[in-house]
Amino acid sequence: MDAFKKRKIINNFVLVLSTLAALLGLIWLFWILGTLLYKGLGSLSLEVILGDPPAPGDNHGGLKHAIVGQTLIVLTAAVIGIPLGILAGTYLSEYGKSSRIANIVRDLSDIMMSIPSIVVGTFIYALMVKPLGHFSGLAGSLSLAIMMIPIIVRTTDDMLRMVPPELREAAYALGATKFRVIKDVVYRAAITGIITGVILSVARIGGETAPLLFTSFNNNFFTLNMLQPMASLTVTMYDYAMSPYKYWQELAWAAAILLTFGVLGTNILGRIVAHYKFKK
Amino acid sequence: MRKDFLADWSFGKIALLSAIAVVVILVALFIVLYRESSLAISTFGVWKFVTSTVWNPPLEKFGGAPAIFGTIVSTIISIAIAVPVAIGIAIFLTEIAPHFLRTPVGVAIELLAAIPSIIYGMWGLFFFAPFMRDKVQPIIHATLGKFPVIGQWFSGYTPGIGLLTASIVLSIMILPFTAAIARDSFKMVPDILKESAYALGATKWDVMKDVVIPYAKLGVIGGIILSLGRALGETMAVTFVMGNQPVIPKSLLEPATSITVTLANEFTEADTDLYLSSLFYLALILFVMSFIVIVVGKFLFLKKVER
Repeated sequence: MDAFKKRKIINNFVLVLSTLAALLGLIWLFWILGTLLYKGLGSLSLEVILGDPPAPGDNHGGLKHAIVGQTLIVLTAAVIGIPLGILAGTYLSEYGKSSRIANIVRDLSDIMMSIPSIVVGTFIYALMVKPLGHFSGLAGSLSLAIMMIPIIVRTTDDMLRMVPPELREAAYALGATKFRVIKDVVYRAAITGIITGVILSVARIGGETAPLLFTSFNNNFFTLNMLQPMASLTVTMYDYAMSPYKYWQELAWAAAILLTFGVLGTNILGRIVAHYKFKK
Repeated sequence: MRKDFLADWSFGKIALLSAIAVVVILVALFIVLYRESSLAISTFGVWKFVTSTVWNPPLEKFGGAPAIFGTIVSTIISIAIAVPVAIGIAIFLTEIAPHFLRTPVGVAIELLAAIPSIIYGMWGLFFFAPFMRDKVQPIIHATLGKFPVIGQWFSGYTPGIGLLTASIVLSIMILPFTAAIARDSFKMVPDILKESAYALGATKWDVMKDVVIPYAKLGVIGGIILSLGRALGETMAVTFVMGNQPVIPKSLLEPATSITVTLANEFTEADTDLYLSSLFYLALILFVMSFIVIVVGKFLFLKKVER
């Protein structure tokens, strides 16, 4: 009976330990979340959302330029990244299948997914900012697009491959060309999956700061010109949080909560779309 | 009919070009980083750059050792903290928690993984660093600091910003990611295996130790290596709390730097060609390091799991 007792004691010990680990992890995470909600909601106001950037030491002003800039940069990144990603994913699933080239592209795209984001920023700096001689919103969009493409490639490839081959064969039997089969049959069958992938990839890049630091940089003035340096919520947060001014730090927290709402909202939207698909 | 054929042909070619573009981007990334850092490579060489601890922009002397040291040490510490806790969370979620708790806690952890890393950094600067300074530092001095050899690693008084603080913030940031992968690997263990073990009278821990962990081993190790890759390249969670001091610190409590921190702080300030080139060199080193880690994680471990 002694061995049994020993096993029971060890068992209880480990179970308590892992429950504690789970608690510890959750406490940290909720501490961060609580701080964010407390500081963020406390500094939100209409002025913060609609106002122009404050002067140093000034207690008035807001984040309008950063909110608009962030939206423009992310949207442009999506316009560049989504078609390229979906087309590449389509090639892998419908043309390359398990050929050598397709597998190489798959592996490289998977590797690209985990490249440090700041390295992508340095790459675009060398490619675009240095030759042009100035920072620009477009450069920021390009680096975000590079981070987005592999995610979309992966989900598109996975989703298209889940479409049953019988559907394709039926369309071929009717005399459709490959393009028609893909456009009218395969895409239609997989559309919710592709949309989910796209939404989740936007959520993933929306909160990225590092690739924007030396591509889109920051701008204290409101601009809609993508070829000018452009403010974003993330870089503004970085600059304001490091500043000595109390009001700027508050603005940084306001930007943090706006960004989190945006990213989590997009993320949850993606999950709802996915849920809707697999429920059906 | 001709129009259909044309569309068919061009769509196929455009899709192929897009797939090739993915490869081109990755190859171009390597070539561009290499070309941009060639000035620093020819000036300092490889071994001298990696081992030199002098980072002095006004004198145009650049050594990568402090940044590389900070990157490696902070990654190792953060993994050492995050992995046991993440496995604890995974065990809790798959074996201990009552069923009505599993989905909400699981979703909460996945959503936490989606929170932008800059927020972890800001929290670290405004809340965790003062906590480290006021509460944790005295405890560390009184306990770990008293040991003969390792004591000096835990000495010194700082404003709470330093290598250890950055490592802990980093570990919290990768925790949800690591926990989610560990949980998914544990979940893939077939119930019938676990039930057989229970039928033989095994306790929960026996089942974990002898059935679940051996079965899920490859997936968990692959997941840990991918977390390692994330920690290596993470910028915003550490930039706020690392201190940006280009030295190899004597104590873990002192300010230090890492490759990502150096890049984030100094890239836009680099005023000479050699300075900029040295920063690109650091970026290239980081790229190669994370490339190796990802390839090992994905292809040595996770590929085997998928098959």
